[in-house]
Amino acid sequence: MSDAIGIDLAPYASQGENGEMQIELIVPSVHCAGCIGRIERKLQAEPDIVRARLNLGSKRLVLAWKGDRTRASELAQQVVALGYDIHPVNDLTAEDKDATGKTLLRAIAVAGFAAGNIMLLSVSIWSGADETTRILFHWISALIALPAVLYAGRPFFRSAFRALLAKSLNMDVPISLAVLLATGMSLYETLQGGTHTYFDAAVTLLLFLLVGRYLDFRMRARARAVAGNLLNIDIKSVTILVDGKESVVGVADVVPGMEIRLVAGDQVPFDGKITAGSSEFDRALLTGESMPELLAPGATIHAGTINLSGPVTMLVKAVGKDTVLAEIVRLMEDAEQGRAKYVRIADRAAQIYAPLVHLVAVLTFAGWMWVTGGDWHTALLAATAVLIITCPCALGLAVPAVHVAACGRMLNKGVLVREGAGLEKLSEIDTVIFDKTGTLTLGTPNLVSSHSPDEVANVAGLARNSRHPLSRAICAALADGASIPEYDSIVDAPGQGLEGRLEGIVARLGNAEWCGVPVEIDESETRTGLWFRRGDDAPVHFAFEDSLRVGAKEAIVEFQSAGIDCILLSGDRDNVVESIAQAVGISKWQARCLPADKVARVKSLQDAGHKVFMVGDGINDAPALAAAHTSISPGKAADISRATAGFIFLGARLDPVFDAFETATRAASLVRQNFALAIAYNLIAIPVAIAGLATPLVAAIAMSSSSILVTLNALRIGVGRRQTLKSDASRSAPSVLNRSSTMVEPG
Amino acid sequence: MTNLLLLIPAALFLGLLGLGAYLWALKSGQFDDMEGAAARILLDDEETEEEDGPED
Repeated sequence: MSDAIGIDLAPYASQGENGEMQIELIVPSVHCAGCIGRIERKLQAEPDIVRARLNLGSKRLVLAWKGDRTRASELAQQVVALGYDIHPVNDLTAEDKDATGKTLLRAIAVAGFAAGNIMLLSVSIWSGADETTRILFHWISALIALPAVLYAGRPFFRSAFRALLAKSLNMDVPISLAVLLATGMSLYETLQGGTHTYFDAAVTLLLFLLVGRYLDFRMRARARAVAGNLLNIDIKSVTILVDGKESVVGVADVVPGMEIRLVAGDQVPFDGKITAGSSEFDRALLTGESMPELLAPGATIHAGTINLSGPVTMLVKAVGKDTVLAEIVRLMEDAEQGRAKYVRIADRAAQIYAPLVHLVAVLTFAGWMWVTGGDWHTALLAATAVLIITCPCALGLAVPAVHVAACGRMLNKGVLVREGAGLEKLSEIDTVIFDKTGTLTLGTPNLVSSHSPDEVANVAGLARNSRHPLSRAICAALADGASIPEYDSIVDAPGQGLEGRLEGIVARLGNAEWCGVPVEIDESETRTGLWFRRGDDAPVHFAFEDSLRVGAKEAIVEFQSAGIDCILLSGDRDNVVESIAQAVGISKWQARCLPADKVARVKSLQDAGHKVFMVGDGINDAPALAAAHTSISPGKAADISRATAGFIFLGARLDPVFDAFETATRAASLVRQNFALAIAYNLIAIPVAIAGLATPLVAAIAMSSSSILVTLNALRIGVGRRQTLKSDASRSAPSVLNRSSTMVEPG
Repeated sequence: MTNLLLLIPAALFLGLLGLGAYLWALKSGQFDDMEGAAARILLDDEETEEEDGPED
């Protein structure tokens, strides 16, 4: 378990009310009441803590204390000491989004109150109240409806007003018009002592639409929060060397020409050259190369690689936008801009629907004027009824309901939806491009040679002193409850191996030369491996392979049988890529791809009319992830890839990727069914309204029943599949959410 | 009719009371963390000794 936070938290703290200092931290691995209790109690025991509150839903911890901002790291350390990883939160916009949700909830409450009470009065009117009672009830309804409509309708009025200012029509224009006209007409009727008022319809309409809007908002907010939790692991400070003295400065203050120190485990923040010390660097995220490389003084290192073994000093050559990493980011941004702005299905429907509804209402008004010879009152009443009846109540509720149900189902499968339109886009794809390292494979080597548990435990005692992927693989292969010997006098020789002493005997773990293995029996040429030798014992060889994700082959077979074309693009060597392609049954593959090659391939496919689904994890995949129609990244992917991908899947299996596609396809067909239902409903209801037969009672029944029908249809996405849901729940491990907890030292 | 004059204000008053209670609960942050609220009921009120570390 990591025993230090690794970064200075002081810059993240902010001055709150009453002069308290405040910080918000993400604690990704909290999952139960026990976690809340442990963390809050421990922090509240600190004398200067004013508030420590953990939100289990968003996995965020808010701390407030009296005193200096430098206390931030010490307090956070308390949480880390309990065994939880933490990341600081860095988005300042979170509060605005929270406020939007609360505004919607308040509007729902007001509309719900008004709808309930007015409907109560309306029912007695419909069941034949006498005239005085009717007039009294109309007046009471008006008194409730007017403020409720003005308050609860604001989200729609604002959006409609903005659309009209921009000289366009959205769904909110007919909604606002219908609600305002219905309320206005009903008020006029009430003043005149008339028979029909539409207060109930106007308010119920608002209630249904607000619920739909809130569901949509909740889904997006949740996706955003999860994505936000996955990011925010940026490096903020580095150790610089000035005249041999170390000091910590912010990343932004570093300029080319400075010397910085990197210890094992650090991500390299800049491009530069090593000036002292040598170490192994993991470049998997940047290039797709699966094995780390030993770099000595004079070697060039790039931002985005990770220092694995020893401390090094580097001379900074390029910072910020001049680094190779920034070049990839630019490539990614270009790709994003090139991607045509996707119009969501509800908006596409609105573009046809809104003008049509207005046209029908105007024609109804004109028709009645002509028939009745200028009776504007009857004509306006009929036109209002048309607007109410055709209001896209079912549509406004149906699409979000399907999406919420689908997202819930995906979450159970271990897939997070990041992009709002992602579900719609995913249902349209016809080509899947997979990356290799970290995507089809786990990206970490696995021990494949067989050894006795004692032997593994013995070696693990030495291996756990290193961050090298092969050492970690040995620790990962430990049997449960194995007792690990304690080695002393550990020496870490980068690029060669480890040395340690156990009961006075020197043992070595590393390459053949390091362990004194004669060249003729060295197998490491053909297989990735390590040697272990203790004293004068015969050396033992440990072989490793980067294993495929469980379910990788099955997922690809399922994609292929669904008629989707599968392609493998990797930055790794030909023979490695070929063997993986054969293992999973992909016939189209390409090795040694640069980030630009991947984007070019995606673009050429899209230009040919294909819709590409990109599956990748590395920094080198990010531009392709951005260029594709939609994309998915594993939870352990590079930050930049997760920030770009439309979806994120958790856990070590690959089949969630196909599950996501299947769910999206099903959701798309349910959305289409709901549109069909809504259109069928309108085909029946519109003639009734045009004929002037849509009394308030008819309007209320038609509106509620169509809304309930489409909502029930939306919920079908989970029905009949409970069994699979249950068995799948076990395999999606939420703790994989957080990258650093999976990088924890085993043992 | 006289019954109605009494009953309707009473119904509206009770409805408004409920609405007010809901808005107050919303404002005081009771809907901020639905999952946490469900879990917190399981916590003991009194200060207890630290248990062992997290199980994951």
